[in-house]
Amino acid sequence: MAQIVVENLVKTFKVGRRQAGLWNALKGVARREYTTVRALDGVSFSLEPGELVGYIGPNGAGKSTTVKVLGGIMVPDSGRCEVMGLVPWKARMAHVARIGVVFGQRCQLMWDLPAADSFDLLRDIYRVPAAVHRKKRDMLVERLRLAELLTVPVRQLSLGQRMRCDLAASLLHAPPLLFLDEPTIGLDAVSKLAVREFVRDLNRENGVTVILTTHDMDDIEALCSRVIMIGRGQILFDGTLEKLRSCIPMERRLVVNGVAGEVALDIAGVRQVTREGDRLSLHFDPDRIPPADLIAQLSRQFLVRDFLVENQPIEETVARLYAEWRL
Amino acid sequence: MSGIRLYGRYVSLSLQSQMQYRASFVMFALANGLSALLEFFATAALFARFGSLRGWALPEVALFYGMVHTAFALAEAAGRGFDVFHLHVRNGTFDRMMLRPRSTVLQVLGQDFQLLRVGRFAQGLFVLLWGAASLGMRWTAESVFLAVLSVVGGALLFSGLFVLQATLSFWSVEGLEIANTLTYGGVEAAQFPLSIYRKWLREFFVFVVPIGCINYFPLIRILGRGDPLGYPGWAAWVSPAVGLGFFLVSLRVWGVGVRHYRSTGS
Repeated sequence: MAQIVVENLVKTFKVGRRQAGLWNALKGVARREYTTVRALDGVSFSLEPGELVGYIGPNGAGKSTTVKVLGGIMVPDSGRCEVMGLVPWKARMAHVARIGVVFGQRCQLMWDLPAADSFDLLRDIYRVPAAVHRKKRDMLVERLRLAELLTVPVRQLSLGQRMRCDLAASLLHAPPLLFLDEPTIGLDAVSKLAVREFVRDLNRENGVTVILTTHDMDDIEALCSRVIMIGRGQILFDGTLEKLRSCIPMERRLVVNGVAGEVALDIAGVRQVTREGDRLSLHFDPDRIPPADLIAQLSRQFLVRDFLVENQPIEETVARLYAEWRL
Repeated sequence: MSGIRLYGRYVSLSLQSQMQYRASFVMFALANGLSALLEFFATAALFARFGSLRGWALPEVALFYGMVHTAFALAEAAGRGFDVFHLHVRNGTFDRMMLRPRSTVLQVLGQDFQLLRVGRFAQGLFVLLWGAASLGMRWTAESVFLAVLSVVGGALLFSGLFVLQATLSFWSVEGLEIANTLTYGGVEAAQFPLSIYRKWLREFFVFVVPIGCINYFPLIRILGRGDPLGYPGWAAWVSPAVGLGFFLVSLRVWGVGVRHYRSTGS
């Protein structure tokens, strides 16, 4: 049975409009002009237990509104939504006790105290029995390597350390469902990898369902088998990463290193050429020009010592889709 | 774990946070007490010049002043989360509270227990006791009980005002200034016996925002004076309950505000 069912969710906001300036601010007190924004415009999808889904879309597409509705914070105008058999906004307390939520931009730990204190508070908030809590906490501390961080005031932790503590905090009550809202934003490469590895294990080994919203396509590529793309409040795509790639005419990228001197190229089937120092990269359509032919043509102009052919980065695919769908 | 025990843990953690900055805590607490005390000295200077205020002597006024300040200090300490609630909405702390399986009121109250208000509390208590001593007042069990009850009732009333102010911020941040005027204006007004004010203002502070109730009626009884306004004697015992009632009503209004927030998200 599906763990999350969302059918035809609609949510509109009234946004107060006013022009800049003091006079307009004063006018706005007396009479405010509103425009209606459809943040969710008939969103439907369903999730099975144990899925790890990437929920992507440009800023303002409706991602956070969806997460707020699924989290029970926000009541939609219409539509159906059930999470593990409960309607989130009708049974807030019972519902939120079974989900974990991490906001990459907002730390949930008490700023001036060590994370250990926040963990104790969370045990009391979620009414977790002491023995169960200790076991879960020790497991998370080990997996996320928090032992040394627990006794340091949170404000003194680095962003990456804080994120690891935040992840642990959202999982102390062992929720079967985890929402991750931009969990890798601002993290350095090592921390990003650590977070990704942890989330992957959590999903594979513990069967925790994960909904990941992110702008980092490397997160998606590393973790998600399924991608849901939202734009202007509507689901534009729901399927595998491979299927998402095929939405854009298949393109490959050829990278040539060690290019010296001027290069002038005009080859049919090559869409875009960029040059960075001695590195040349070409986006080409393999149906129109096979890679071997392309390299042969390049070899006529200069000596090709080292090259690499790769799929178009998902980042670019998504950017092109956003552009194509005018998001 | 019951709500009360959880609240206890919130308070203890909040105190631990504040003790991280011990020096600034001590300075803020002192400043908090001294700045309030200066206000009282200003009042005392006026009395030195004019003698009395419509039949009330300075030590009597000190009782009114002291009682409202101790009550307000308690409300400021416990209700800080509501006082600065618009910040919790803006930076998303309130969303986080909604994501936790506990009442939002409990969580907002637990956000910050501002111990530095002990400064205002101490000066209020000091002025109150000074007033009583100057009058040569004899404290009986009944009058102590009534005084404590009134302070608690007053703290509940001011907390209710903070809750209403916080609820307002679900709709607009611009309304906060008005709410602030009401709260701080109320504190200023209740520093003096209610009977010195014009009728419409008196009735506003008895029946609409019953700030006047919480110290005026009990102190009339404690001082053993007749009420120049002619309200019945049992009003002394009703007024602490008024504080509780006001607080409970404000919690209902808060519920309406939370429902509004969940449908608009702003």
